[in-house]
Amino acid sequence: MEYVALIIGFLVILAGLWAIMTRKNIIRIIIGFSIFDTGLHIVIVALAYVKGGTAPILDSAVGIDDALNKIVDPVPQALVLTAIVIGLGVTALMLAFAMKMHKEKKTLDIRNFRDMKW
Amino acid sequence: MKNFFKIIIIAAFGVMLYPLFDSFSGNGQLNDLASFYAQKENVEKVNSANLVTAVVVTYRGLDTLGEVTILFLTAAIIAFFLTKQSEVRTLRRNSEIFQTAARLLIPVIIMVGVYIFINGHLSPGGGFQGGAVIASAVILMLLAFPNMPFNSKLFGLIESTSGLVFVGIAFLGVLIGTGFLDNAILPLGTFGELLSAGTIPIIYSFVGLKVGAELSNIISGLQSVQADN
Repeated sequence: MEYVALIIGFLVILAGLWAIMTRKNIIRIIIGFSIFDTGLHIVIVALAYVKGGTAPILDSAVGIDDALNKIVDPVPQALVLTAIVIGLGVTALMLAFAMKMHKEKKTLDIRNFRDMKW
Repeated sequence: MKNFFKIIIIAAFGVMLYPLFDSFSGNGQLNDLASFYAQKENVEKVNSANLVTAVVVTYRGLDTLGEVTILFLTAAIIAFFLTKQSEVRTLRRNSEIFQTAARLLIPVIIMVGVYIFINGHLSPGGGFQGGAVIASAVILMLLAFPNMPFNSKLFGLIESTSGLVFVGIAFLGVLIGTGFLDNAILPLGTFGELLSAGTIPIIYSFVGLKVGAELSNIISGLQSVQADN
């Protein structure tokens, strides 16, 4: 099971990289960054999986006494929570830059922005 | 030719990822750090049913403080970048169905968001998720009633007050508890009840308010500079 999630995560990362490198529209490149992010999150959560484990939430199904043997690792999930929020901040900033760039040149095609290219 | 290079680079990246997949054999049991968090005596020290919340708010609460700071920085930069335009926008009138549905749904969505962040220590959810749900209600509001004035000062006030309360509660742990972000300065309550886990529900509620206000400010900033072209 953990292998499926891991493979999907890696494929999503590659799809995001492909979108970043081949798309010409800036919005689509930003979407590519988001997809790359999502793939990384899937990989981190997949690495935290413990065979036969369940969500690290203690209730009537997973008692406080045998939590040690029944739950998956909570630490990478907490890290992914942090990573999602920071990814959101980065995406929002990229969108703001894209709006600024569109205001300058009235286009979002990356080929028209050659000022920083050498 | 150019596309060929891109395909080679992506393939090389895939080859680089393959050893990670190959050497991964699955975990048979929790590692030492996670076992420490899941031990009975440590769970009872924090008394939060959701262990992820215990890690996010208590053990690694300093990370969360940094995370909230990054969100604040993003909101500040976007507000600095996207100042209001003076040009008048001609907007198509929204349909009656959409406006009525929005009026009905916005309070419900906000209530769901509040539910998610208040129950963050008991069930899946928490401040960040609840804040995002509240911000989605604000998106719906901005789409349904685009001409309504958006009071970003009020949202800024909510945001900074919540941040100050978060840091204040964290420092109270230093003064009357055992350390920064100690959650046991309030009674821990019964395990699994709404009012348990000390300061965790309070901190997460304020984080939820802060995140909701910040995301709303970002969205309104992006919306206010939209031109008609």
